[in-house]
Amino acid sequence: MSRDGAAALLEVRVSHKDYLSAGGRPQRALENLGFSLPVGRAGAVVGPSGCGKTTLLRIIAGLDTAFSGEVTLPAGGRLGMVFQEPRLLPWRSVIDNLRIAAPQASEDALAALLAALELEDHAQHFPGELSLGLARRVALARALAIEPDLLLLDEPFVSLDDALARDLRARIAALIDEKHVTTLIVTHDLREAIELADVIFLLSPRPARVGATLEVETPRRLMTKEAADALEARARRAIEAMRGR
Amino acid sequence: MIRLFSLLLLLALWQGAALFADPRRLPGPLPVFEAMAHEAQTGALFTNLGATLARVAASFLLAMSLGAALGYAMGRRRALDRLFDPWLVILLNLPALVVIVLAYLWAGLTEAAAIGAVALNKLPNAIVVMREGARALDHELDEMAEVFRLRPAVRLRHIVLPQLTPYIAAATRSGLSLVWKIVLVVELIGRSNGVGFEINMAFQLFDVRLLLAYAIPFVLLMLGVETLLVQPFERHVSRWRRRPARGQGLA
Repeated sequence: MSRDGAAALLEVRVSHKDYLSAGGRPQRALENLGFSLPVGRAGAVVGPSGCGKTTLLRIIAGLDTAFSGEVTLPAGGRLGMVFQEPRLLPWRSVIDNLRIAAPQASEDALAALLAALELEDHAQHFPGELSLGLARRVALARALAIEPDLLLLDEPFVSLDDALARDLRARIAALIDEKHVTTLIVTHDLREAIELADVIFLLSPRPARVGATLEVETPRRLMTKEAADALEARARRAIEAMRGR
Repeated sequence: MIRLFSLLLLLALWQGAALFADPRRLPGPLPVFEAMAHEAQTGALFTNLGATLARVAASFLLAMSLGAALGYAMGRRRALDRLFDPWLVILLNLPALVVIVLAYLWAGLTEAAAIGAVALNKLPNAIVVMREGARALDHELDEMAEVFRLRPAVRLRHIVLPQLTPYIAAATRSGLSLVWKIVLVVELIGRSNGVGFEINMAFQLFDVRLLLAYAIPFVLLMLGVETLLVQPFERHVSRWRRRPARGQGLA
């Protein structure tokens, strides 16, 4: 495997990734999985639960290096990641969590980021005092504070109720448009992907590869229900086709 | 309030028992306080308390810093843990007296031998506690630090140390009481000042008054360290917890 960081796109070429199951037998999680994402665009990796999405994300984040293949990060190679669990430092205040992750960011920049996510009243709170929805927003603020060259989001809306998920989705969409940060979202929810991404990579069942790539032509915030429905129908047909093979 | 009452009750019991006992075997509180005042006037009390306190501090710091480093390494690296675990078990079960006598035999009746011997007695205990702490470190936060490329110094200060604090506090608590008890033995055997030396004198002269006059101030001193240093420190670092597991103070 190799990782190197000087490209105008995120390029992922995993020829295979195996792991040992609990019974000790080798299992293939990913095979011939490849895609590329141009800088400044938002991509979504969509697949059923347990198909290897999180494994893929860990490989891209550099947390899993035991695979064969190659990952090229966008130029600069700075990663901002929002994990499924917020993974904030419980013993540091919200603002300190941001400062620790992004020591080069100015106080003004951090304040602006907190304001954009409506977190300014919580700057001095400890993460344990926040609801999950708020903690996710703090994790998002932390990932953006480092001005990442690639923003990774792992199921950012899981275990939030519909209203909260919608709210966070709108905020993420606005921030992606505003900051033009290259973003990769991993999700099991097709609708979520359609609303956020410029391009959707549909994963096949295990061992996962990219079964179909869907371009989302409509800009994020102009997406109508009809356009989304049409895209969803196309995606479902593609998924059926993958299963049929 | 109830704690104050408890201490007064203890004092009353002591006084009561002293009324019925041979004053040479068990002097009452008053003669002991008189002896204490006398020793304080000559300055001997403070010199000896100071000498013992310095030894406690030196050996405690030595044992804690070494123990924290070794315990952390063993908690994080499986190979190291397996290599040194038998040594740890041996050290844990080596009687304090054996370590002290060997240290004096090999290094002579010196200050370095005394402090080293005490530190060596406390060391395995510090290693065991800190190893548990290192084993309990949150792997998910490590991954977060990895992705965000936090510098090692930042990881240590903001991720590792806050998680180890309860273990450091526990090792400090058990450590201080253990260390000062062993320091007295070291002083009794091979030093010419300190509370342990004075207690040896008291033993030779069969002077229980003098013995208590030195033991009680030192217990009070350690109680003060616990209440005024260890507990406030613990409260400060655990303020982020909603329901902190706070130690009970004297007040």
